Amino acid sequence: MPEGLELPAYARSLGIVATGESEGGMPVLTVDFGPLVEGRPQHFHGGATAGLLENAGYAALRTALLAAGRDPVMKPINITVQYLAAGKSQASFAVGRITRLGRRNANVTVEAWQTDRARPIATAVMNILMV
Amino acid sequence: MTTPPSPRFDAREASKWFFRHGHTGWLGLRFTDQGDNWVELELPWREDLLGDATRPVLASGPIISLMDMASGMAIWQTRGTFAPVATLDLRVDYQRPARERASVRGRVECYRLTRSAAFVRGIAYDDDPDDPVAHVAGVFMTIGADPRSTNPAVQGGGDA
Repeated sequence: MPEGLELPAYARSLGIVATGESEGGMPVLTVDFGPLVEGRPQHFHGGATAGLLENAGYAALRTALLAAGRDPVMKPINITVQYLAAGKSQASFAVGRITRLGRRNANVTVEAWQTDRARPIATAVMNILMV
Repeated sequence: MTTPPSPRFDAREASKWFFRHGHTGWLGLRFTDQGDNWVELELPWREDLLGDATRPVLASGPIISLMDMASGMAIWQTRGTFAPVATLDLRVDYQRPARERASVRGRVECYRLTRSAAFVRGIAYDDDPDDPVAHVAGVFMTIGADPRSTNPAVQGGGDA
């Protein structure tokens, strides 16, 4: 993960890390399956999946802002998560894409997947305020 | 005289084993209150759940987990039975940051239940329910057995 892109305490304690890979210039994050993310037996809890998506969204926005020489405080406005398939007992990955980077507001789309990048398990749209 | 134990889902009782392990156990979720069609849970404040290095404020991720869990339990509370559900869509509108070092409570009601879908809405708040940290809205689907084949004797009212 590039400098300036440290993950928050919550992400670190859940076990979310950067893979070192990127997609469209944005960092790919991952979290292993384990008790910390488990909802119903052998499946990801929807909240843990949302946590991965949200962190990938912020990592993408931070990356875009650093590239633009900006360092504002980011504040969440909202997030909408769509769950497409059950998160099974294996690692999940996520990467964000900046749909629109404005002066005060950014719209970020995030996808999460497991074994097949072409089959997302969840997507999110986030609006983030920058002050 | 004793009454036979009720088979009806009870969020207070279910919490005793729900939050012992897994993601919600790690978060330390606690039961706080319930009604006929709503459940309230608490996410205790914890140093390692911070979302921002500069302020001692809970991250938004655990708040989504709190609301997702309160949603599921509100659905079972309303339906009267425990049947696995999958989150289809969950939207969180953040109104303001949680207060420093404050626990957050999530109160969710299930306002509509059909055979396959359940619709929920709720608030997350730290101090005053009239000044919420977030509003949420979600849709859940029943998974597993075809709900139409369940025993009508244990079904709730309406077309649930």
